[in-house]
Amino acid sequence: MRLQVDIHKDFGKFRLDCSFETESGQVTGLLGASGCGKSLTLKCIAGIEKPDRGRIVLDDRVLFDSERRIDLPPQKRKVGYLFQNYALFPNMTVAQNIAVGVQDKAARKETVNCLISSFYLEGQEHKYPRQLSGGQQQRVALARILASQPEVLLLDEPFSALDSYLKWQVELELADILSVFSGPVLFVTHNRDEVQRLCQQVCVLDNGRSQAMMPVHELFEAPRTLSACLLSGCKNVSRAKATADGKVEALDWGVTLNPGQPLPEGLTHIGVRAHYIRPVEGPGPNALPCLVERVVENVFSTVVMLSTPGGSQGFSRLRIELEKDRWAALSQRDPLWLELPTKDLLLLTSK
Amino acid sequence: MNSLRIAAISTVLIFFLGILAAYYVAKLPRLVKGVLDVVLTLPLVLPPTVVGYFLLRLLGPKRTIGLWFLEVFDLRLTMVWYSAIFASAVVAFPLMYRTARGAFESFDITLAHAARTLGRSNTWIFWRVMMPYCKQGIIAGTVLAFARALGEYGATAMIAGYTPGKTATISTTVYQLWRTGDDAGAMQWVLINLAISAVVLLCVNMLEKKDRRPRRRAAPVSGEVE
Repeated sequence: MRLQVDIHKDFGKFRLDCSFETESGQVTGLLGASGCGKSLTLKCIAGIEKPDRGRIVLDDRVLFDSERRIDLPPQKRKVGYLFQNYALFPNMTVAQNIAVGVQDKAARKETVNCLISSFYLEGQEHKYPRQLSGGQQQRVALARILASQPEVLLLDEPFSALDSYLKWQVELELADILSVFSGPVLFVTHNRDEVQRLCQQVCVLDNGRSQAMMPVHELFEAPRTLSACLLSGCKNVSRAKATADGKVEALDWGVTLNPGQPLPEGLTHIGVRAHYIRPVEGPGPNALPCLVERVVENVFSTVVMLSTPGGSQGFSRLRIELEKDRWAALSQRDPLWLELPTKDLLLLTSK
Repeated sequence: MNSLRIAAISTVLIFFLGILAAYYVAKLPRLVKGVLDVVLTLPLVLPPTVVGYFLLRLLGPKRTIGLWFLEVFDLRLTMVWYSAIFASAVVAFPLMYRTARGAFESFDITLAHAARTLGRSNTWIFWRVMMPYCKQGIIAGTVLAFARALGEYGATAMIAGYTPGKTATISTTVYQLWRTGDDAGAMQWVLINLAISAVVLLCVNMLEKKDRRPRRRAAPVSGEVE
């Protein structure tokens, strides 16, 4: 099964221009900062919001097409939507909530019982949603969605309402459920770790605009855009300019770097992940002097914030993370020389 | 008991009209909502005599609506026992409308969205999700409207007048008896009115308590967002 989305909606201050494709057996992450239009995209696919123009097609079933004036109501789309707060009906018990999803009256009781046991909800049937833990609530919501036999699953930040100690367990449970679901799954989040653990491919949304779909490993190994790089958790980014001899001048860091690869069209930034930065003895290729600004002790490591005096702005910072004893050996150096290894440089464009 | 009959009928009327109005107004864009809100709430703040005046102008036997009813159905709308229904319904309507609207506006719309993606019709959502969710507000509105309808005097006196045994309500009776110096008679009706009101309020309180009981056991939802 194949879901094609190409939607546009204009709110004046905010524009949504989102297009991507996804298939059965894939969990697709929609990754973006809050307010970038992730949830809005899901709502358009489910039929809760109406895009100004565009198309949403599931296999050969057109859910929305502004040109052909097709706009199926949510009831007919067969799209399962897991809401952030799960949206369980507070006036119904667990069993009643799940029964809402079952259309076939004759099979209702049997289906509900079946779902209750496969979602480990035995003994909870007659409880009300408010009497359940966050994880149980999510299971009820998922059971209710699967009861309606959707062809697509949309998950809207499913862990944001959970305490962190519950999250891990619930995430494992969700991964199990997703692995047996046969249709395409869209997973909205702002959390890179969730993308890494649950998704196979990812689409970055930056201020309403969707970027090219990429496999998850690419997001972390070779993001191509500034927003993808930042969302993947990279903390060290500098504005950059290509020089005549094929090198890159990192403007904020005040250093010219050898990228060891052809430069992309429209290069605007360069990034490097904190754990690839190596302290070195002194000047060398791709090395720059830094001044220690601040040291933050984590539980198992030390985070060092450094300023780069050579940079054009003067206040740009680099951030490295080291094991505690390694930092102890380095902390006396002034300035501290750091090498940004050629193979670990991320060349970024703004689009 | 003309009073109870009138209050009951107008409450039933108001119940449906108020919910209907609240349901649709709550969904309107802000500007239209503001205007409609003022119009629908006006009877609450206007002196009942002003409402009575408007009603007479509309329903009086020589006015448009009144004349039409008289000609087509041979039905008088004023100075008969059911005239007071118009008065109390109009005056009490805003109480139902406003409380119901408040309840609908606090309704968590994602519940409706969820039900729709699960394939349920809007009618089903209204009766099975929205109404139970807003039960408290709707009960409160109904009771307030009933109490107000029971106590309505000004507009009633104007549109229904006072004909003992026919159009008289408790409130108009109390006034008439007191005016004619029958203090004991007035006292009797005052006590009856007090008793009815007390019973109504007691019923409501009991209903509310019964409804809240399971809610006390509510397990806090951890870290719920908005």
